[in-house]
Amino acid sequence: MSAATVLDWGLGLAQAMLVLAMAFAAWRMLRGPRAQDRILGLDTLYVNGMLAIVVHGMRTGSGLYFEAALIVGMLGFTTSVALAKFLMQGEVIR
Amino acid sequence: MSRILPYPVLSAALAGTWLLLNAPVTPGTGLLALAVGLLVPTVMRALRPDAVRVRALGALMRLVGVVAYDMIRSNLDVARIILGLRRGERKTGYVTVPLDLRDPFALTVLSVMLTATPGTLWVQYDSDTGTLLMHVLDLTEGDDWVRRIKTRYERPLMEIFA
Amino acid sequence: MNAADLPLWGAWLVVGLALAGAGFALTGALGLIVLRSFYERVHAPTLGATLGTTLILCSSMLLLSLIEGRPVLRDLLIGLFLTVTTPVTLVVLARAAAHRDRHAENPESPPVA
Repeated sequence: MSAATVLDWGLGLAQAMLVLAMAFAAWRMLRGPRAQDRILGLDTLYVNGMLAIVVHGMRTGSGLYFEAALIVGMLGFTTSVALAKFLMQGEVIR
Repeated sequence: MSRILPYPVLSAALAGTWLLLNAPVTPGTGLLALAVGLLVPTVMRALRPDAVRVRALGALMRLVGVVAYDMIRSNLDVARIILGLRRGERKTGYVTVPLDLRDPFALTVLSVMLTATPGTLWVQYDSDTGTLLMHVLDLTEGDDWVRRIKTRYERPLMEIFA
Repeated sequence: MNAADLPLWGAWLVVGLALAGAGFALTGALGLIVLRSFYERVHAPTLGATLGTTLILCSSMLLLSLIEGRPVLRDLLIGLFLTVTTPVTLVVLARAAAHRDRHAENPESPPVA
């Protein structure tokens, strides 16, 4: 078995696992039952999505996906903190 | 020192980030990293954050080791609980910890450490009474959580941010 | 060097690290479904955000370093960023949930410290 085959199959499997994790998180996001559960689901969804992008970057061997992953991470963090803050106060900016 | 480098830790972190982003270090990127590290913190001075004073570097290194070990172990513990491999009854609940720590930086670091280890979650801190309310996923093994947090985390933190 | 010329041990090591990391992330997401109450579920995503991320980023750094023939460490930044931000999200979320539960006088709401 050549190194390229190992990498292709192994990283593909890792990607599939991360997509499954995203599906679980999305299920929690859609199902609820309360608003905090949905935000928790969204938070998990974006972290796993970011990891899937990193693994995709490894498969293609391109360094360009690094920036994409970093931006997904930053925007996801801002989103979930803003939403959580909204739950606490009812307003995002006081 | 304080004129040129008001926040030495911030300067070092910014220069390091710049070098990591522009990976193969050439004289040009090195010079730019130096400029970023020196100039950006002077902007921060307008916000007047309190400077972080880190004493006892050795204690800091030891604390990093302790946290890394705890993080890996609690990751495995929580994974076992989720996958249903943990035998016996599990009870989950809240623990109230009376803290002697008052420094805001030390408290921030403690909250990051407690939340980053799966299985413990920082819920609320009351600055008047100095008590911390946290949620623990696996409370079954007795309640020496208070002692564990005070000796493993709080004492080194008080040493570092004294 | 191309990915195809990688030594076989390197490929296995990279794949092993990536699969272990993805396994932790998957377990964490599974916890969102399996665990019963909200305060139990908050613990689950930390798995993916700490050890899952660390392992996958180590695998990515190892692969890029082997391909480029020099240490490529910029993925450290993602790890650093996630280590700092995930606790902030979870603490704010837990506080919001505690606030709402107390307001609704939910029986599982946390005690007043």
